Parts: sequence; structure tokens; C-alpha cells
Amino acid sequence: MRKRGGAIMMEMLFYIAAAVALLATVLALSRANAAHALIYLIVSLLAVAVVFFLMGAPFAAALEIVIYAGAIMVLFVFVIMMLNVGREGTAREREWLGGRNWIAPGILSALLLLELMLALRHAPAVTSGVAVTPKEVGLTLFGPYVLAVEIASMLLLAGLVGAYHLGRRFIVRRERRR
Amino acid sequence: MGGLQIPMEQVLALAGLLFSCGLLGLMLRRNIIFMLMSLEVMLNAAALAFVAAGAKWQQADGQIIFLLILSVAAAEVAVGLGLVLQIQRRFKTLDMDQARRLRG
Repeated sequence: MRKRGGAIMMEMLFYIAAAVALLATVLALSRANAAHALIYLIVSLLAVAVVFFLMGAPFAAALEIVIYAGAIMVLFVFVIMMLNVGREGTAREREWLGGRNWIAPGILSALLLLELMLALRHAPAVTSGVAVTPKEVGLTLFGPYVLAVEIASMLLLAGLVGAYHLGRRFIVRRERRR
Repeated sequence: MGGLQIPMEQVLALAGLLFSCGLLGLMLRRNIIFMLMSLEVMLNAAALAFVAAGAKWQQADGQIIFLLILSVAAAEVAVGLGLVLQIQRRFKTLDMDQARRLRG
């Protein structure tokens, strides 16, 4: 009896985390102030990490917190601090957000969502309820997927070089007269 | 701790909802920082679907694809934010509609 109650409580945790993730995402993408939006986005990522953990993917949950909510979001924080948008930037953003700009994107993404939900309706299934441990992930990663690791390292190297090139203070370039 | 038996379609519905939110944000916003954030949300939703599939079949492959998506997101954000800084320096605005000339 007690075990059943515990399972129901854990399922409630899933629904709460899902609701938090959705709400935080909607709030993040409708804010005018970039710093506030970033905080909401971090909350959303943490909620998704909880969902990962509940589904039995503790390694993915840890990576979601460490890399997504930690490293990538810190990059955003640094850039927002460097840009120093200020109060008038926020006001302009609020002006862009208002009114009729919502109609066409809203209709398009609602249509896509509807299609997705209709496609999902016909495949009832339940997650296995058994955790996939980090050990299994590591063994598979450096076994059959070792080529994917190499490709990811090349990708990260390309990202590093690109970011270094783009992030220099001034790109020296001959100005063209017109 | 073991996993939890959650109906698969609910997890996928969550992923779909997150993805639609990201898509809506991407089409709605004109500020390039918010567009990058929307891209992050969309990548994250796709990763959620992969991890859910891995949990359904009890295989590690879902989490490995999550790792790859993570590295793609990291590289994309690094390059994207470098572009943000250059656009701000050149055009003195973050409005994407101002930055439509391909020529430097």
C-alpha cells in the first residue's frame, strides 16, 4: 500500500516538473528583459533535468544541469552583461512583442503542435521504469559510438575556432568606399 | 534509484509543447539573443524526446544522442554569441531585420 502511494507521489513529481518546465519556457520567451528571460530559461532547464532523472537517466540529468544550465547559460550571461542593453532596449523589446506580431507565428506553431499530438495519440506505451546507469552509457559511448565522439570533438574544435575568430575585438577589414 | 513508469505519450507531448514554444519564440522575436534562446529550447525538447525513447527501450543510445545534441548546442551557442557581439559592434542594434546584408 505504501509502495503504491510512493509511486503516485513520484508520478506527481513528473507532472509538477513538466508544468514548471512549460511555464518557465513560456515566461522566458515572452519577457522583454533578456536577463529575466535567462533566469526563467535556467529554471526550465532544471525542470527538464528533473524529468530526465525521473525517467531513469541520471547521467543525462547531471549533464543537463552541469553543461546546459551551467556552462551554456553562463555564456549567455556574459554576453548580456557585455552588451549592456539597458532600459531603452527593454522598452523597444516590449514594443516589438506587442499586438499583432503574435498571430502568424502562433497559428503556425499551433498547427504543428496539433499534428504532433494527433500523431502521438496512436502509440500508447510506458517508459521502462529501469534506470540506464552512467556505466552503460559510457560503455556504449566508447564502444559502438566512438566515431560519434570523434565527430563531436571535431565539431567542438570548429566551434572553438569560429568563436575565437568572431569574438576578437575588431576584425581588421578594408572598408569599401561607396 | 530506478526510473519511473510514465506514459510515453505524455513525455513526448511535453517535448512537443516545449518545441512549439521554442518555434513560436523563434518566429516571434526580433532580438537575436532571444532567437538563440529559442533555439536552445528547441534543441532541448528534441533531446528530451531522445532520452524518453532511451528510457522506453531501456537502452543507453538515447542518452548518447543527448550528449551529441549537447555538444551541438555548445558549439552553436559559442559561434552564435560571437556573431551577436559582432552584429552589436557593427550595426549598434540587436534587431535581426537590420542585419540582412550578407556582404561585410
